[in-house]
Amino acid sequence: MRTWKFGDNIDTDAIVPGRYLTIYDPATLASHAFEGTRDEYAKQVKEGDIIVAGRNFGCGSSREHAPLALSGAGVRFIIARSFARIFYRNAISVGLLPLVCPDADKIPDGSELVVQMNEGYVVSGGKRYAIEPVPGFLQEIVNAGGLVEYARRLEEVKTCTGSRS
Amino acid sequence: MGKSRTIAKDLTVKRLGKISEIFPVRAECTMKFSRNAAISPQNTRTGKTHTLVKPIMAATLVEKIFSRRCGHPVRAGEVIMAPVDAAMIHDITGPLAVQKFREMGGKKVFDPGKIVLLFDHQIPADSLPAAENHVFLRKFAIEQQIENLDIKEGICHQVVMERGRTAPGEIIVGADSHTCMYGAAGAFSTGIGSTDMGFVLKFGALYFRVPETIRLDITGNFPTRVGAKDLILAIAGKIGADGATYQALEFAGETMQKMDMPGRMTCCNMAVEMGAKVGIVPPDTVTWEYLKARRKGVTPFPLESDRDATFSARHQIDVSTLSPKVATPHNVDQVVDVGKVAGTHIDQVFIGSCTNGRYEDLAEAAEVLGNRKFHDDVRVLVIPASRAEYLKALRAGIIEQFVAAGALVESPCCGPCMGGAFGLLAPGEVSLSTSNRNFKGRQGSSESFVYLCSPATAAASALRGEITDPREV
Repeated sequence: MRTWKFGDNIDTDAIVPGRYLTIYDPATLASHAFEGTRDEYAKQVKEGDIIVAGRNFGCGSSREHAPLALSGAGVRFIIARSFARIFYRNAISVGLLPLVCPDADKIPDGSELVVQMNEGYVVSGGKRYAIEPVPGFLQEIVNAGGLVEYARRLEEVKTCTGSRS
Repeated sequence: MGKSRTIAKDLTVKRLGKISEIFPVRAECTMKFSRNAAISPQNTRTGKTHTLVKPIMAATLVEKIFSRRCGHPVRAGEVIMAPVDAAMIHDITGPLAVQKFREMGGKKVFDPGKIVLLFDHQIPADSLPAAENHVFLRKFAIEQQIENLDIKEGICHQVVMERGRTAPGEIIVGADSHTCMYGAAGAFSTGIGSTDMGFVLKFGALYFRVPETIRLDITGNFPTRVGAKDLILAIAGKIGADGATYQALEFAGETMQKMDMPGRMTCCNMAVEMGAKVGIVPPDTVTWEYLKARRKGVTPFPLESDRDATFSARHQIDVSTLSPKVATPHNVDQVVDVGKVAGTHIDQVFIGSCTNGRYEDLAEAAEVLGNRKFHDDVRVLVIPASRAEYLKALRAGIIEQFVAAGALVESPCCGPCMGGAFGLLAPGEVSLSTSNRNFKGRQGSSESFVYLCSPATAAASALRGEITDPREV
């Protein structure tokens, strides 16, 4: 349950390079995660480990290979100061939870980290760091276990319905 | 994201039910909710007209698009399940989208006529897995009766534009981040992932958070050899790689009105490099004329942000003093004047991509080139954005000019920008590219370097074998 710390603007090419985009199997993608960026990651990452990053995590391509390469190794949470839009949605779609944490920069690499979702914070090194709640509509998708599970329950969608975010 | 938001749990209480019920609404719900105009609905029972107590606030262009498609005013910040007018998938993200569509229980796509399917990233198939992905999508197209443009037409975004598959006021999604480009045609268009696309293939709709808008007012005339690419790089440098996250970037002002469609496409294409959902230009005569030649029965209608609409930010940019710009490794927002990096050795020059692979881009590069030869030590790859653009360049003699100068001209596709197909960089090598991303490893080795620039700067630099100001050759 260690943290893997990354900086700002970690792009999708860094998460999984373009030459692996014919692969769709999460476990195989996971073996190439952060290749050329942080080579020891794919060898050492363990089920339940947590990604911690700075601003704009997942910027760039719409490739869903990126969140799959992380979830394929058993990562369930990414904690960052901010996320790029498409990655944020893709992560939730595949059941990987992106959590916005304004103080993510202060969380050290390689530390133990516990996510207290309902309490709205994470704990690392005895310190609490506040996380922002996942927007309500997305929470429903998270609760369903991802967009596929959410969609399977729907016969059809009611368009032009919504609410304030 | 950034801010915490609360969303009501019940998303189904508001108007309209089935998708089939929403489509007829389109025509009627145009711009009634424009600036401070209260909607005056008629009570069907009593026949009386009554004015809503709360006046409708001024709206941005993007808010109007969502309102128009949904039949009632929606505002930035609302999360809404909106119908989709077109959906684009390609060879990289398509197979997973189809798989997800099936996992969701999808049997028949929502509307085969609204799906654009083509292959552009790995064509002709560069590996067995790529070939198998192509076969998989070909079978899906036959099964679902979707027109498959296969490997024949070029880069997805260019093809969507030139075939008139996008129009002002529409909502379009594509399983590729540079889908944000169709805002050049006045549409709301945005890139989505494969699972989201699976949802769209099944339901013909997707949930969107209606974005706030950053308005860019562009004024002045471009100096010689400075153009749309230099402008958008300058904006990226100013706003930053996440400066427009979850927002729309609206390009307006006299300079945009004078800009041709290819220039507008270059600007809108790179909106995502600032995190934006869409880059959009208010449709005008240029837009409607472009579209008339490409789609039957197009009727222009007014669509622009109200003057007193609420923007999250406004920037004024005067292009008359702009210099040619270069984005330096490894971030798109690390932008400098070309003079700062002039003399940098380059191994490869790539002129092409959805950002700068159109006829006008190739013509500009060819104009800089003249009848000279490219530098012996530089590999020059020229890849037109589509078959149509390729033919235009071919007929104008531009392709011959490139080949005579020593370039490799490849068939329309994403080329080295895909980072896996061909034209890859070895460790330590440097590429100067007219494409849109210079991330570490984007065009090959994670120890290579990519600089981004305009077609003019690319051609000038290819002549000298080092980064060169196009005004100097």
